[in-house]
Amino acid sequence: MEEDGDSAGGSFEDRLRAARSRQGMDVPPGQGPLRQEGSSLLGLGVRVVVELVSAVLVAGVIGLYLDRWLHTRPALLIVFIVLGGAAGVLTVWRQLESTMR
Amino acid sequence: MLCKGRGRVAAEGFHIKPLEQFELTRLGAVGGSVNFTQANLVMVLGAAMVLALLYYGSRPAAIVPGRLQSAAELAYSFIHDMAVEQIGPEGKRFFPFVFTLFFFVLMGNLLGLIPFGFTYTSHIAVTAALALLVFVIMTGVALMRHGLHFFSYFFPKGVPIFLAPLIVPLEIISYLTRPVSLAIRLFGNMVAGHVMLVVLASFVVMMGSAGALGIVGAAAPLALNVAFMGFELLVAALQAYVFAILTCIYLHDAVHLH
Repeated sequence: MEEDGDSAGGSFEDRLRAARSRQGMDVPPGQGPLRQEGSSLLGLGVRVVVELVSAVLVAGVIGLYLDRWLHTRPALLIVFIVLGGAAGVLTVWRQLESTMR
Repeated sequence: MLCKGRGRVAAEGFHIKPLEQFELTRLGAVGGSVNFTQANLVMVLGAAMVLALLYYGSRPAAIVPGRLQSAAELAYSFIHDMAVEQIGPEGKRFFPFVFTLFFFVLMGNLLGLIPFGFTYTSHIAVTAALALLVFVIMTGVALMRHGLHFFSYFFPKGVPIFLAPLIVPLEIISYLTRPVSLAIRLFGNMVAGHVMLVVLASFVVMMGSAGALGIVGAAAPLALNVAFMGFELLVAALQAYVFAILTCIYLHDAVHLH
């Protein structure tokens, strides 16, 4: 069996590596970690929505509590909701950048 | 209790109750006094199954592995490679954590697909607890490795200093969003999938109870439900993978600070 394998060319490690990359198990480095999920458009959409919504949510909560603390209602809530939207876009942008690379 | 009434859609005596499946029931007298629910039971079962796989899979230690040993070795090397590839050489130190996380989530997703099972990952309390654990560990690791230098993470190099009032809050919000999106993504995927399964299955029952023509009509939602079950299997594995790999990416950031 071993001889048979050797005649196929390369050591066992090489053939294993070739087989694994053929099966898509080893994502070549630099291709972006989320490539698998990003490859489906639905998955991409869901990811973007989750990221945007949770950023606004987090920022809104921060703004709400800062307002309560500093008695500036609703100024900081408004500011932080806008910041949250921007932070969400920033996160999505970074993820897409690493996915598309 | 609130969801019970709201999630009900009436249709000629038969009710679609897609949210009923997420309700917790305490198990027995002992379970009632310590709040041990079916979710906890499935968690224990899932953990026991992973431990059993590793124990019985690693016991033979054969050079030519059997099926169980192959599965155990595949599971080990899959997460090991993921951790080392994403985090770097230091990834080995976080391998046990990522491995536990991945298989806990995977078991939750998969055991929920078995009829009469329960999807504990469909509760935001569970996913939020896991995400907070990840958040605390990644922040702790970053603080331990870099000390106060960690806070430079919130102000990337090469940004003009006058942008600091804008960039720093943005980066902090973006950092704090990580556990929230991690929790919501898993929770949302599992809830949406299981609600869909129940709604489609309810269509089958409703159509089927409407006489001979209804039984013919019930074939379409039944076929759809079978296909959807396959899709849910994919989602179950994929979401566990996404949870684990995002944890690795966050740990990479914690170790290297970019």
